[in-house]
Amino acid sequence: MPRTNTHSVTDDAPVELHADVLVIGGGPAGTWAAVAAAQQGARVILVDKGYCGTSGATAPSGTGVWYVPPHPEERRAAMGSRYALGGFLAERVWMERVLEQTYANVNTIADWGYPFPTDDDGRPFRRSLRGPEYMRLMRRKVLQSGVKILDHSPALSLLVDEHGVGGATGIRTQTDQAWTVIAGAVVIATGGCAFLSKALGCNVLTGDGLLMSAEAGAELSGMEFSNAYAICPKFSSVTKTLFYNWATFYYESGEVIEGAGSQRGRSVIARTLLSQPVYARIDKASEEMQTWMRQAQPNFFVPFDRAGINPFQDRFEVTLRLEGTVRGTGGIRLVDETCATGVPGLYAAGDAATRELICGGFTGGGSHNAAWAMSSGYWAGQSAARYAHRLGDKHHLRRPAPLWDAGAGPRQAASESAGSTGEVISAVQQEVMPCDRNLFRCERNLNDSLRRLDAVWHTIRYERAPTGSLQKRREAEAMTATARWMYTAALERTETRGMHKRTDFQTADEEQQHRLVVSGLDEIHIHTEPVQHPLEVVPS
Amino acid sequence: MIELISETLCTRCGLCVAVCPTNVFSQKKGEVPTIERQSDCQTCFMCELYCPVDAMYVAPHADETVGVEERAVAELDLLGSYRAAVGWGPGSAGRLPLPGETKVFQATKAAEERPRAQTERKGVGLHAP
Repeated sequence: MPRTNTHSVTDDAPVELHADVLVIGGGPAGTWAAVAAAQQGARVILVDKGYCGTSGATAPSGTGVWYVPPHPEERRAAMGSRYALGGFLAERVWMERVLEQTYANVNTIADWGYPFPTDDDGRPFRRSLRGPEYMRLMRRKVLQSGVKILDHSPALSLLVDEHGVGGATGIRTQTDQAWTVIAGAVVIATGGCAFLSKALGCNVLTGDGLLMSAEAGAELSGMEFSNAYAICPKFSSVTKTLFYNWATFYYESGEVIEGAGSQRGRSVIARTLLSQPVYARIDKASEEMQTWMRQAQPNFFVPFDRAGINPFQDRFEVTLRLEGTVRGTGGIRLVDETCATGVPGLYAAGDAATRELICGGFTGGGSHNAAWAMSSGYWAGQSAARYAHRLGDKHHLRRPAPLWDAGAGPRQAASESAGSTGEVISAVQQEVMPCDRNLFRCERNLNDSLRRLDAVWHTIRYERAPTGSLQKRREAEAMTATARWMYTAALERTETRGMHKRTDFQTADEEQQHRLVVSGLDEIHIHTEPVQHPLEVVPS
Repeated sequence: MIELISETLCTRCGLCVAVCPTNVFSQKKGEVPTIERQSDCQTCFMCELYCPVDAMYVAPHADETVGVEERAVAELDLLGSYRAAVGWGPGSAGRLPLPGETKVFQATKAAEERPRAQTERKGVGLHAP
């Protein structure tokens, strides 16, 4: 029996709840999963590390959506548009069904009252969503569906028994309570990993779900496609890159950097940044365009307005902030169309799941990402509810145990300086943030980084747990694990494909037109998986 | 990073404590919340957007604290400026000013199609130059 279904913040006793479906993560994928599971009649609990409605990369930002009307020609063009950029690793069948589901879901959002604008002909324009508005609406729909939300409740470990995954456990950070949810099925919708780079909204995205799933035996795919960097004013967190299509990039002297650009010339910016500062100015936008820009993305202008910079007239220093697997495409491998992970009772969606299925090894703007989140979230929630239903009502009697237990980890030796989670995180960031390691990759650097990352992993898991809260300890572990999976896959892929660039193998190798699947914690295993349904590209 | 909660404007409702995704604030019962863990702030501006009385100010600097005086930001009309721009401010009835979105989309599509045509001509597109 559940101990209680309501609890106040003054109650410091552990929270123990039962549900058919537990959704971990309250961004777009998690909220769609929760709504879809509830539609199936499941009792659903959603936990979020922060606050469902503001957490994650979408809420403070805004995103294009891969919303394409069901006309065969338009759909074909949409599928082909980024196929080559993605290195021919996407799956036609998955693209088709994501386009179909996204179209349905976006129309549902309109029915729910999202204020889509109209175009010049008065037709509704549904190809973009504003983050704050979208996620506030999704929280409301989740609550209206009867889902219970636990905010500020990071998950620390999945619970398992002989039947598979049966819930999760974590802490409520504002009350220091432990929480446990026994559930028939779990959906991982924890987002990707941006290594605490402060890319907009990304600091809750530390790879926690990847680690928890891997501990339960799930595999990951496409982890080499994890080196997305966003252009950003150097002082700022606002990693919105669309308007840099209208920018010119400059050296400190004021001379134009030839070849530098947002879409095709980001590598030129990265190379220049290795030795000197880079400046930008959005000087290719007409006055009319400038007005539209302000209306379309007010958050892009907040840092400039507050710092007293006119980005259309003044040159401002820019940097590249790592977005890791958030805008990269790697994540938990899905074994079928239900978004199952292969571990009984465990489903994955959104950035936590591999987006290679629709993007291959490259992602541009948020359009595919938003479509993937709402589609995979919907399917994962629906499938998790059906799975829990098939278990019957006895699943509440299960007593699954955590896979990770803070008390069972390494003890800190009092005589030794154990290091803090902050130091561990810095050590990992030093391996994954520099462009000359992660954006431009080579065998020697990858091997060096992996050796150091392996040592960090061994230390924090087996020798000395770093000081810091349980949440931060787990984040440090998750980032270390994610970095090791990334670089193991990057080392294996001896070619350049999608966003994965090897300076020692600068072209694509036809023999490597397959996905790379990694698994394991202490020892990482890797194998290839063929593309099953390639898109037939009609030669032009 | 979050720099300011105005003691004179704050109604002590605690909404910022609830909505901050990285749990930066603490609040004792009936008091103005405090910026307890400023280094965890990710500069996402969500607290400012949700504050119903525009009592907060997030400086745009993500990696350093800059120190902010309430009088200075108030004089520059910065308190609540983002909420107003997004259309969540008082008087905007929760509706968004949206007319720019279709124009920007069309312009972006036009800008994107040019490089794509080049890629297809070359027949590779496996790595952006």
